[in-house]
Amino acid sequence: MGLATAYLSLIVILPLAALVWKSAEAGRGGFWEAISNPQAVAALKLTLVVSALVCLVNAVMGTIVAWILVRDRFPGQALVNSVIDLPFALPTIVAGLTLLALYGPNGPVGVNVAFSRTAVLLTLLFVTLPFVIRTVQPVLLELDREMEEAAASLGAGPFQIFRRIVFPNLFPAILSGVALAFARAIGEFGAVVLISGNLPFKTEVAPVFIFGRIESGDAAGAAAVSVVILLISLAVLLAIGALRRWTTRHDRV
Amino acid sequence: MSRWLLRLAGLSYLLVILAAPVGLVFWKTFEHGFGPAWDAVTTPAAKHALYVTVLIAAIAVPANTIFGIVCAIAIVRRRFPGKGLVNALVDLPLALSPVVVGLAFLLLYGRNGWFGWLGDHGVQVVFALPGMVLVTIFVSLPFVVREVVPVLREIGTEQEQAAATLGASPFQTFRRVTLPAIRWAVAYGVVLTTARALGEFGAVSVISGHVVGKTETMTLHVEERFQSFDYVGAYAASVVLAMLAIATLAAMTLLKPKEETR
Repeated sequence: MGLATAYLSLIVILPLAALVWKSAEAGRGGFWEAISNPQAVAALKLTLVVSALVCLVNAVMGTIVAWILVRDRFPGQALVNSVIDLPFALPTIVAGLTLLALYGPNGPVGVNVAFSRTAVLLTLLFVTLPFVIRTVQPVLLELDREMEEAAASLGAGPFQIFRRIVFPNLFPAILSGVALAFARAIGEFGAVVLISGNLPFKTEVAPVFIFGRIESGDAAGAAAVSVVILLISLAVLLAIGALRRWTTRHDRV
Repeated sequence: MSRWLLRLAGLSYLLVILAAPVGLVFWKTFEHGFGPAWDAVTTPAAKHALYVTVLIAAIAVPANTIFGIVCAIAIVRRRFPGKGLVNALVDLPLALSPVVVGLAFLLLYGRNGWFGWLGDHGVQVVFALPGMVLVTIFVSLPFVVREVVPVLREIGTEQEQAAATLGASPFQTFRRVTLPAIRWAVAYGVVLTTARALGEFGAVSVISGHVVGKTETMTLHVEERFQSFDYVGAYAASVVLAMLAIATLAAMTLLKPKEETR
């Protein structure tokens, strides 16, 4: 146990402490100056807005995919179910390259979104694909069908059943999937770096901005924006923890 | 009717986002036959990149496996101050941007960092293999812990207590009772850890310094080839990584039922 704590301190706590220390070195004024730099603000804003969009799309499409994987039966379903995890297993740089091959300047379908904000959105949708599906799927599997049958026998339509019975049951799972997707989306670097073109004020996301600062030797500027990202990630983790405690509050007897 | 609509919506989303792009890269790689692709992944730089990637994973995965088992046991079986904090810290790598991770290590081990003195004693961490191993350990840290914790909770302590009463030492109890019970969870966690370790890009990109033939991993090699307009090289290296990813998926699919029907 002492070993585990020491390992965790060396690998996780010390580097992050060094990061926070560096960002504080320039004082409050320096920190503020670094994160209110217009290019940094634009990058953070783009990251947050696109990540929010990613969450919305994932909430809807993730639930639909989870639904057809649990409630539907079609040939090839097992295969579809196992490829859902591919974005997790596939290195992010490869993910970026694959999207660029299809939706880039030389793509075979004639759709070119390279170097646009749409490209950023598309890439983040790729890397966050599994989260909502994998959190909703087990809940949907466990869901008692009798409630739905009772509602149907009392005259509720399919949409009403979904809205009044299924959705409230799935909601916590959708939320925690969305939170994981959000955390992943704000931090994504490898997949975005090739396809977005990294145009400042246009397609440059926060992690790419940080990378640019590091490359140009501005460690303090990079550290300041990194601390902002770190705080957002911590907040998301806390939210997921709170959500988990809230949904399992009836399990503890 | 609505069933068909849902099926259509879900499957076409998967096709547009996932299947079509990945399929296209395979097709593009072998467009001009197997030969050029093979030549591209057997250049000295590509072979060295693969070697570095495997070497890093060979250090990071066992380290995180041992830590993962110990940490999971500590979280489930022991009470100690700061347990909530440990729990939260273990999850942090899942949520934190790899670039931020790379920067944190760069600042800690860089020239003016707290551990910068290591460099003066000939231990080069940043822009070298040790730094790349450390960031890889960071990003792949949570997986074994997260797979083993729920299983440990579920099996309870009765069998362990029985073994202890019958005179087994703590290590014997672990080896003969606990380990067999958690082995599939450990295996599943190891698969996830390996996939993450092999595929890491952002953090190693920051800490490695991109020295071709030296600190270049397979993922960095993909980017470097792409930036030098060698698309066949980039696609071929991608396919090697994609095949590793597909092997991971196959392992996950095989292990999942074992883990669940324990």
